[in-house]
Amino acid sequence: MILKALGSQPFSVNAAASRIFVGLLLAGLVLVPVLHLAIPEGAPFHLPTYVVALLGKYLCFAILAVALDLVWGYCGILSLGHSAFFALGGYAMGMYLMRQIGTRGVYANPILPDFMVFLNYKELPWFWYGFHSFPFALFMIFFVPGVLSLVFGWLAFRSRVTGVYLSIITQALTYALVLAFFRNDMGLGGNNGLTDFKDILGFTVQASGTRTILCMISIATLLATFLVAQRLVNSTFGKVLIAIRDTESRTRFLGYRVENYKLAVFVVSALMAGVAGALYVPQVGIINPSEFVPANSIEAVIWVAVGGRGTLVGAAAGAFIVNFLKTWFTSGLLAPYWLFVLGTIFVVVPLALPKGVVGALLDRFSTKSTGLKGASAMDEPAGKAAE
Amino acid sequence: MRPRPRSPIALLFVVFALVIMPLTVRQAMAQDRLDAAIEKLLADSYPDTDAAVADIVTSGAPQAAAMLDAMAERRLLFSTTAKSVSYQDAAAKTFDARSGQLIPAPPADAQIVRVNNRLRGTIAAAIGTLTLLSPDPAKRLSAAESVFKSRDAASLPALEAAMAAEKLPNVKRVFASARASVLLASPDADRAQQVAAVATLAERGDQDAMALLQGVAANAASGDVKQAAALAITAVERKLKITGVVQNVYYGLSLGSVLLLAAIGLAITFGVMGVINMAHGEMVMLGAYTTYVVQEVFRGYAPAHFGWSLAVAIPLAFLVSALVGIAIERGIIRFLYGRPLDTLLATWGVSLILQQAVRTIFGSSNKEVGAPSFMSGAFEIFGLSITYGRMWIIIFTLLVFVALLAMLKLTPLGLQMRAVTQNRRMAASMGIRTNWIDAMTFALGSGIAGIAGVALSQIDNVSPNLGQSYIIDSFMVVVFGGVGNLWGTLVSAFALGIANKLLEPFAGAVLGKIFILVALILFVQKRPRGLFALKGRAVEA
Repeated sequence: MILKALGSQPFSVNAAASRIFVGLLLAGLVLVPVLHLAIPEGAPFHLPTYVVALLGKYLCFAILAVALDLVWGYCGILSLGHSAFFALGGYAMGMYLMRQIGTRGVYANPILPDFMVFLNYKELPWFWYGFHSFPFALFMIFFVPGVLSLVFGWLAFRSRVTGVYLSIITQALTYALVLAFFRNDMGLGGNNGLTDFKDILGFTVQASGTRTILCMISIATLLATFLVAQRLVNSTFGKVLIAIRDTESRTRFLGYRVENYKLAVFVVSALMAGVAGALYVPQVGIINPSEFVPANSIEAVIWVAVGGRGTLVGAAAGAFIVNFLKTWFTSGLLAPYWLFVLGTIFVVVPLALPKGVVGALLDRFSTKSTGLKGASAMDEPAGKAAE
Repeated sequence: MRPRPRSPIALLFVVFALVIMPLTVRQAMAQDRLDAAIEKLLADSYPDTDAAVADIVTSGAPQAAAMLDAMAERRLLFSTTAKSVSYQDAAAKTFDARSGQLIPAPPADAQIVRVNNRLRGTIAAAIGTLTLLSPDPAKRLSAAESVFKSRDAASLPALEAAMAAEKLPNVKRVFASARASVLLASPDADRAQQVAAVATLAERGDQDAMALLQGVAANAASGDVKQAAALAITAVERKLKITGVVQNVYYGLSLGSVLLLAAIGLAITFGVMGVINMAHGEMVMLGAYTTYVVQEVFRGYAPAHFGWSLAVAIPLAFLVSALVGIAIERGIIRFLYGRPLDTLLATWGVSLILQQAVRTIFGSSNKEVGAPSFMSGAFEIFGLSITYGRMWIIIFTLLVFVALLAMLKLTPLGLQMRAVTQNRRMAASMGIRTNWIDAMTFALGSGIAGIAGVALSQIDNVSPNLGQSYIIDSFMVVVFGGVGNLWGTLVSAFALGIANKLLEPFAGAVLGKIFILVALILFVQKRPRGLFALKGRAVEA
């Protein structure tokens, strides 16, 4: 059905790329449970647990990358604060998982999580109310990042903070949140964050089956995020976003309320990032304030840049490429050199590969097959040069 | 300052001081006392030595402290044949005890004056009392402070003698407060004396006095002492509050100067060139590591000249960071002009590489960077304690700022930099090599970051993460102050520093910082171009 919907669009390399991407995700949706659960351990083609966990993690990062690409690649807003939305979604999920521990904690307090008992809390802080129920937590996963992005975006875009200024204040936002969440008085576990989760909706978090389901949900969410984002950027709304990215003032003079468009796409992107964070937490088993650090946000930006900004497939692919490299490097003898590699990627991509891997590939194929320049072509808008 | 020890005026003065004291009124001239002490030391018995210690102290002779030191460290020698006592200092120079004069060598049959543990205790106490009369004001001060804390009634006579002899008003004040503290603690002091003592403590008006007064208000036997103490407490509280605010403002200035140092280089690269350099913090870090290396070299090859290490480190740090800056500009940034967001990413990559390179070379642990002697220690003024290190950093920052301003306004290079900033193409057509100016501007900004690293190495941990902790704050300072405006950067750095420190007592350090960040985010909404925005044509440039 999805493939059919895509097939109705006029042929382009872009559409082909997204069809391949959707195909891969659908295949993953089938293969992960089959290879992990149906094929016995030790048999060839069996997918070990750690691979499923790793895959789940990458998928969450890919969702974050797609969210970031939506604002940066299509609207020119370089947010260095997306890890804040990611982590807030994660904390909402973490709070639900903490409440599920119940009396199985070290202190066996039916209401208070362990760290609160440890810190001498007498009762549950007000903002923890309701988190025992999954629907409420689900609502908060959307609500908290949504409200923060709405307020922040409304303030920032209304007063026309753009370019690097916006990047710097988004960085300040997430920096303020790191500092806040590191405090024990915050009531969210301070330095250690939330961890030692037991089960989610009655299923044990560590169990193979739960992991498989979570991984499948992540695949499905990435698919949904991707399709929503694609729908958005191909609509009239998306065209306006691209116009804003390329020449903001001209778009404004044409009568578009630029700040409303920016705000809308910023909030949508933050919601996606929040969902990614919420899926991330049960799969890695911990959420702590270090998820907020500005360096994480910037790392997410490089995924998008490596894959190709302005191509949604590229963003997701970039998340996979960079994180695969990271896992590969940091798990072996090469661990001390990972930052050299990451740093080099940061330097080389803007210089030599400004359209990213996928962007460059798309360009190549589109000039071959149609002789037209790919829609993914993305040069830094001329109007921004002055900043 | 007391006159030179051997002058008769000093002797007279000490004698006068001793004579007017009720307890020592019967005592004879200092030299007689000293002679008596020497006589006793010749006896070579513990009880006699003990008595000799007391004689040495009451003699008030200038060499008394040296003699006691020597005795404690078994460097005091006596000779029964020559009937003389001599002592050696730490450098093994020998002095005659009676005259205090340098002599070539102790007599041939000189023996060490024996001391046991009990005697050592007596000597230590004696030295404590004696330092009240020390010619060095700092020693007198610390001796008086220790009496203030110990509240030992036995030291009262010596204290009063020293007080009468004291000429420096600030030392005298401390003597007075020490005396007051002793009087309030002693049960036989009369009521009037104690009320006066309370007044003296109120005048002192610091935290220690406060604690003492609170004790008095709670425990004093007589009602009017109690009442006086209660009144004094309110007065001291008010004074402490004001001092607290002033102290916080000073801390704020100190923090502000650190922020300014870290941000001022950024104000040039970001503000003047419009290049966002995320590796700026690493330039600061390189400066700090340069300091570390310079100090290691000094420790290894010229430990005697360690005090000069910072003077050597400053130009070297400038050079190292400036060269790295040029390399970054020529190698990366110049290809990305007009693409600020890409510049941001690329320089972030550079920062990761530099951090990891430093971590690989020097290890990830903190490196110890020493402070030369003129930067350590503190002094007190109006109840504020001011550390020399912080004070020099404030002064140094202002010097760097003025030098930079002068460079931009008065030198040909500065003129060309400003020209390129205002109108690149016009500047180019006037024959200015804009490429070269870009590189120089970037080198200047980076070099100043390196200098900031030298200063920061004195107050912060030198680790590969040093730069990271300053980068966001530095950007905030530049954005708040208004891009392209050095004065704005100055005002904003000090404003943020002071605001931060004033908020700390109410909100705590972390929450205070969060408030500031949120306030800044809101401020940028209101004035996106900062406190002192450029006006006119420069805005579009």
